[in-house]
Amino acid sequence: MSLLEIENINSYYGDSHVLFDLSMQINEHEVVALLGRNGAGKSTTLKSLMGAVKPQNGVIRYDGKDICGLPPYEIAQLGIQLVPEERRIFGSLNVEENLQLAALSEPRAWSLEKIYEYFPRLLERRRSRGTDLSGGEQQMLAIARALIRDARLILLDEPFEGLAPIIVQDLLRVARQLADEGRTIVIVEQNVAAALSIAQRVYIINNGHLVYEGTPAELHAQPEIMHEYLGV
Amino acid sequence: MPSLPLFLSQLFNGLATGLLLSLISAGLTIIYGTLGVLNLAHGALFMVGAYAGFMALQWTGSFVIAIFGGMIGSLLVGLVMERVIVRFYYQRPPEDQILVTFGIGIVITELVRLSFGGISKPVPIPSWGEGITRMGFLFYPNYRIEMMVFVAIALLALYLLLYRTRLGMIVRAGIEDSLMVNMLGINVYRIFLLVFGIGAMTAGFAGIVTSPILAVTPDMGEVFLVQSFVVIVIGGVGSFPGAIIGGIIAGEIVSLTSMFSPAYSQVMLFAVMAVLLAVRPQGLFGIEGRE
Repeated sequence: MSLLEIENINSYYGDSHVLFDLSMQINEHEVVALLGRNGAGKSTTLKSLMGAVKPQNGVIRYDGKDICGLPPYEIAQLGIQLVPEERRIFGSLNVEENLQLAALSEPRAWSLEKIYEYFPRLLERRRSRGTDLSGGEQQMLAIARALIRDARLILLDEPFEGLAPIIVQDLLRVARQLADEGRTIVIVEQNVAAALSIAQRVYIINNGHLVYEGTPAELHAQPEIMHEYLGV
Repeated sequence: MPSLPLFLSQLFNGLATGLLLSLISAGLTIIYGTLGVLNLAHGALFMVGAYAGFMALQWTGSFVIAIFGGMIGSLLVGLVMERVIVRFYYQRPPEDQILVTFGIGIVITELVRLSFGGISKPVPIPSWGEGITRMGFLFYPNYRIEMMVFVAIALLALYLLLYRTRLGMIVRAGIEDSLMVNMLGINVYRIFLLVFGIGAMTAGFAGIVTSPILAVTPDMGEVFLVQSFVVIVIGGVGSFPGAIIGGIIAGEIVSLTSMFSPAYSQVMLFAVMAVLLAVRPQGLFGIEGRE
């Protein structure tokens, strides 16, 4: 049985229909890339999984339980964590407070020391306010908040957006490490090459419809699909 | 030109009024910042504090118990208001929130008028607040000095709650981005209830401690509601330091303008707000671009 089964969900932003009968399966310990053009509905899919957008119908089964329509905090307590595109670091809180806040509601929360082993840079900046961090540091902190909660399913929304290649390499290494530990990851990325380099499976969304499912190798063998839906 | 003693005494009056406005506005601004709801019933909660305190004073004769009575009364009204009505409006547009809290304020005010009548209730100055103190060339009623101390203690307590406790950390994060707090596994709706209760209690505390120097009537909160709006606009909506500084500035504007022309003191308050809005739309401590 898959860790996450999405069946025919339809999500809206106000009056506009964004996701149409979307279905996907995510297996435990898997890294899945969710690709598509801007505005295809990738972020909305992740937000629907986190409960930040409520699908009007359909089923989202996580670990056998239907979580569709639950509030975000209950979904988070079940072990799902969205690392949002805008990172959404609390600017008025320092790095350590951001981490403590994330850990509050999680009984199995990691210690700060363990987080700082993963991200030594955050240890150096632990007293810095969120607003004073660089883009790369903010992204590390955003991922660290998911990690300190010991999240079983991590949803990464454009983690490499706007970051220098050397920092992308750093974060890719972290993502691989998380995958090696057996965490399940769904990654949404415009940087198709980076996403495909860590994913075992790929879904492509176009205009809110699922249009492709396969492995990175299969996708590489079909350049016309890459061209049509991803523009690469 | 006014004499120096008059100027200094008005300056001191401005500080007293200002601290009171700071406290009332702090309650309003943390509710708005965290819940996103502009609570137009805040003035009514101020009045509820005064009446609840008045009742407690009637029963016990102790002004100290009356202060707690005022706080508990407004806390309970605030909690019921949030649970029964306001929470269903978190996802609604701001105009709905404004209308519903405005309506609740009217209902509370009229219920109090129905129960207690429209004539002002006497809340005497407690025995330990009688007399006046000579401060240099300035004579000041003791109770007004004690009231400033009460208000300053309440502001300090709010500060410690916001900046030194776990709940305060959640509230500060919630003021910035309540959805992210929600996504980090924290039941923000329970936090909203707590914040609403704390904001209501703050208003009620201000209501009871000022009642010995004000006429306790069902409409007494209105003028403070309007002034506290100006304060949070000046200070920056959702900002606790902004409410403190904005309150003191507003108190001084009203007090110092009264020295020349009492009729223009309120006008001056709005004029300063208008100028500040033109120069710095987010207010003194506001975050630019916040929704």
